[in-house]
Amino acid sequence: MMKLSMFRLSYWNRRGSSFKSPPSLDTTFDGKSPSSVFWLVIHGLCCFISLILGFRFSHLVLFFLFSTSVSNLYTTPFLSVGNGGVSQLLRLKPLETATNNNSTAKKNSRVVVGRHGIRIRPWPHPNPIEVLRAHQLLSRVQKEQKSLYGVRIPKTVIVVTPTYVRTFQALHLTGVMHSLMLVPYDLVWIVVEAGGVTNETASFIAKSGLKTIHLGFDQKMPNTWEDRHKLETKMRLHALRIVREKKLDGIVMFADDSNMHSMELFDEIQTVKWVGALSVGILAHSGNAYELSSLLKNQQGKHNNKEKPLMPIQGPSCDSSEKLVGWHVFNTQPYAKKTAVYVDEKAAVMPRKMEWSGFVFNSRLLWKESVDDKPAWVKDHLLDDNGEEIDSPLSLVKDPSMVEPLGSCGRRVLLWWLRVEARADSKFPPGWIINSPLEITVPSKRTPWPDSSSELLVAIKEAKNSQSDSERHPTKARGSKSKSSKGKQEPKTFDGVNVSATLVKEDVKDTNQ
Amino acid sequence: MKLWSWVLIFIVCNLTFSTISAFRLSRSQPTERISGSAGDVLEDDPVGRLKVFVYELPSKYNKKILQKDPRCLNHMFAAEIYMQRFLLSSPVRTLNPEEADWFYVPVYTTCDLTPNGLPLPFKSPRMMRSAIQLIASNWPYWNRTEGADHFFVVPHDFGACFHYQEEKAIGRGILTLLQRATLVQTFGQRNHVCLKEGSITVPPYAPPQKMQSHLIPEKTPRSIFVYFRGLFYDVGNDPEGGYYARGARAAVWENFKDNPLFDISTEHPTTYYEDMQRAIFCLCPLGWAPWSPRLVEAVIFGCIPVIIADDIVLPFADAIPWEEIGVFVDEKDVPYLDTILTSIPPEVILRKQRLLANPSMKQAMLFPQPAQPGDAFHQVLNGLARKLPHEKSVYLRPGEKLLNWTAGPVADLKPW
Repeated sequence: MMKLSMFRLSYWNRRGSSFKSPPSLDTTFDGKSPSSVFWLVIHGLCCFISLILGFRFSHLVLFFLFSTSVSNLYTTPFLSVGNGGVSQLLRLKPLETATNNNSTAKKNSRVVVGRHGIRIRPWPHPNPIEVLRAHQLLSRVQKEQKSLYGVRIPKTVIVVTPTYVRTFQALHLTGVMHSLMLVPYDLVWIVVEAGGVTNETASFIAKSGLKTIHLGFDQKMPNTWEDRHKLETKMRLHALRIVREKKLDGIVMFADDSNMHSMELFDEIQTVKWVGALSVGILAHSGNAYELSSLLKNQQGKHNNKEKPLMPIQGPSCDSSEKLVGWHVFNTQPYAKKTAVYVDEKAAVMPRKMEWSGFVFNSRLLWKESVDDKPAWVKDHLLDDNGEEIDSPLSLVKDPSMVEPLGSCGRRVLLWWLRVEARADSKFPPGWIINSPLEITVPSKRTPWPDSSSELLVAIKEAKNSQSDSERHPTKARGSKSKSSKGKQEPKTFDGVNVSATLVKEDVKDTNQ
Repeated sequence: MKLWSWVLIFIVCNLTFSTISAFRLSRSQPTERISGSAGDVLEDDPVGRLKVFVYELPSKYNKKILQKDPRCLNHMFAAEIYMQRFLLSSPVRTLNPEEADWFYVPVYTTCDLTPNGLPLPFKSPRMMRSAIQLIASNWPYWNRTEGADHFFVVPHDFGACFHYQEEKAIGRGILTLLQRATLVQTFGQRNHVCLKEGSITVPPYAPPQKMQSHLIPEKTPRSIFVYFRGLFYDVGNDPEGGYYARGARAAVWENFKDNPLFDISTEHPTTYYEDMQRAIFCLCPLGWAPWSPRLVEAVIFGCIPVIIADDIVLPFADAIPWEEIGVFVDEKDVPYLDTILTSIPPEVILRKQRLLANPSMKQAMLFPQPAQPGDAFHQVLNGLARKLPHEKSVYLRPGEKLLNWTAGPVADLKPW
C-alpha cells in the first residue's frame, strides 16, 4: 500500500498546490525523500512513454499493473445491495477541514474529492422481474391519474349497431369490434341484423368477448342507399325499444359498422347529461380518383376569393360563448348528380342530413316510466308504434337547442363516417373460411411442365427433400424473360374460392432454384 | 351545563381531526399538505417579521455588470439579480437602517460570463472584498457586527468559495470576510468547507414563464419510468471519466443504457419539459457540483426526483421534507438503481406525487417576476426571519475585531 500512498500524495501535489497537505495520512508512510525520488522516477518514465506513444500515458495504468487486488476497473463482485458489494478502487482519504483551528475537527465527510471508479455491475442489463414490477407501477400510477382527472363514475356504454351479412361485413365489424374491445368502461353491444339472426354474425361478435345482444330484424337490406338508410333507422329504433324493455342504464351511442371511432370518443360521451351531439367527419369519396380531384379543384376555384373551404363535418356549431347555435351539415352540392344510388356503385355515397352516429343519449330518456328530472324537452312515447316517421335523431327532442355539444363544442372530430360496400355480385366464402380443398386450374401456356398435376406433386416432394431437380429448371427459369413471364402469369380474374395453382408453382420453383 | 361541555368537547375533537396531515382539498387533484415538524412553514408570510435594509452600492457592482451581459438574467445563477429587484420593491424593505434586522449587499458576483455563458469566478473575491470595504467605510453597520447580520446571495457552483473546481474551491474556503455573514447559496453539501453553518440553500433559477408555457394536460398518462437528459461523460474537462460527477453519471449510463425503463440520453429535445411531465421518476444526479436545476424542473412538473448526490443539502431543507418527496440514492448504489426504484411500494409513489402536486411546493421553487406569495424569495425571507432575534454574540464589543482582512490568497487582496 505504500505505492498507493505515494500515488495519492503526488496526485494531490499535482492537482492542488495551494492548500496545506492533510495532516493524517496513512501511517505506513515513512520518510519523505526516498518516496519522492521514487515518484519522480515514475513520473519521468511516464512522460517518456507518453512522448513515444504520442498520447497521454496515465499513471493509473502503472498503478493497476502493480496492484494486487482487482485487475479491471470495471468488474465488481456481485453481492447483495446491503453489503455494498461494489468495490471502491482508488480510495482516496477524505480531506480534513482544518480551517477552524480552535474547534474540534469536523466529522469526516464520506464524500471524497477526486477520481472515482465507475461502478458497473457484472450483468448491466435489464432484469425481467424488475421490468415487470415497473410496468405494474406504471399502470397503477396511470390508474390513479385516470381516477383523478378522468371520469369519476363511469356509466355503461350501450352501443347500437345495425348490420347485415355481406362481403364487407367482416371488414367493417372487425373495426368496430376492436374499438369496442378497447373501451375501458362497461359495455353492452346491441347488434341488430337485417334479414334475421344468422350464425355467421353471431359467431363473429361472440369473438369479441363483450356483452352482446343480438337482435334480428325481419326485413332484408335493400339495394339503394336511400332505402338502406331508412331501414337502418328502423333497426336502431328497434334496438332502442329493447333498451327501454330491459331498462338498460347507461349512455346510448350509435356505432354504424362502417364508421371509425377514436378512443377519446368514449371518454367524451361519459360527460353527457341527457342528449349530446358530436362532430362526425364525413369521408364521402368515390372510387374514381379523377372525379374526386376535379371536384376538389372546383371547390377551390369557387371559394378562393369568397368563402373558406367547407369542412366535411357534420355536427354542432357554437358561438364564442360555447352555446349551441346551429348545426354543420355536410354540403352535398358539389357531389350533386354524381352520387351513388345503388349500394355498390362507384360514385360517392352521401350521408343523411343528420347522421345518427353523431348523437348520444342517456338511456333513461327512453324508459317508459317517468324518471326523476327527465327534462321536459324530450318527447314522451317516442318509441311507441304510432307510425310516426322518425328520420333524424333530432326528432326525438322537442327543443333542439337543449342538446349538449361534445368534443369541445364540436371542434374535435372523434369519429368518421364512411360508406364502402363491395360489388353486388361479389362472392365471399361464408365465414371467410375456405373449407374445400384448393382446386388447381389449368396452368397457363408458359410453364414448362406439359402435365400440371403430377409435376406439382413431384415438385412439392422435391421441395420437401430439398434436393435439386433436373437441370431443366435452371436453364429454363434463368434469364429475365422468365422473370417477366412470372409477372404476367398472375391470374386476371381472381374469383372467390378457386386459387390459381400457377402462383403456388412459382413459389415452388423459387425454392428449387 | 353538561350539554355545553359536550358541545365544547365535540368542537375540540373536530378541530384536532382537521389538522391531521393528509386531507383532500376540494380541487380536482387531492394534494397532501406538507406537515409534520416542518409544518405549514412554506406558507408563512415574512412581511412584518423582519426588516431588510438594502445598501445603495455604486452601479459598477450590479447594474453596470448586468448591462455588459444581459445573459445573466436567464442563466441558472440569476437569483442574485432577481433577489435585489424583489427586495427593492418589497414591503420588508426599510429605508432606515437603524431598525433593520438584516442588511443586504447587492453585488453580482456571478455575472462575468465566458462566451459560452459560464460564469468566471476569478474576479468575484476581489469584487466582494471591494464591496465590503465600501460598506464598512461608509456605514457603521458592518463594523458593528462584522457582517453577522448581513446576508449575501452567492449562487455560484461552490457558493462563496468562488471557484468552479471543487478541489480549488475547498482549498480557498469561504472568503474570510464572509465568515460571519449569512450566505444564500445554491450549493449545499454536508461537512463541506463551502457550506457554512446557518446558510440558506436556495434552488437555482429556472425561468417560470418558460416552464408554465410547456405544461400539458394533467390527464396525460405517465408512461416513462425514469427520465434523464444530460451529459454522462464530460469529454472536454474529464476525458478519462471518473472525475465528473464522481463517476455516478457514467455509472448510470453504463448500467442502464439498454434498459427500456430508463429513457436516458445526451440529446437536447425540444419536448424536454413535456417529457418530464410524462415520467414518473426524473434523475437528478450531481455534476461538477451537487446541485442542478433538474430538481426544480422535476418538482414543477410533478416528476419524483431521484437525487444521486451523497450528503447533499437540498433547498430550504428546514422547510421542505425532501425525504418524503424525493428518492435518495447513494452514489455507491447507482448500479442497483432499477432494483431500488422498482421496489418502492405504489402507495409511497402515489403519496410522493400528491406531495409534489401541492402548489405551495411548486411555488417555493420558483423565482417569479413579480414576486408571488410563497415563492422562493419569500422562503428566503422566512429563513432569515427564523434566525431572528440575533444573539448577543453577533454584536461586537467596541474595538473588537474578529475578521482578518488580509487573509486569503494574495491575488484577492488587489483592489477591484
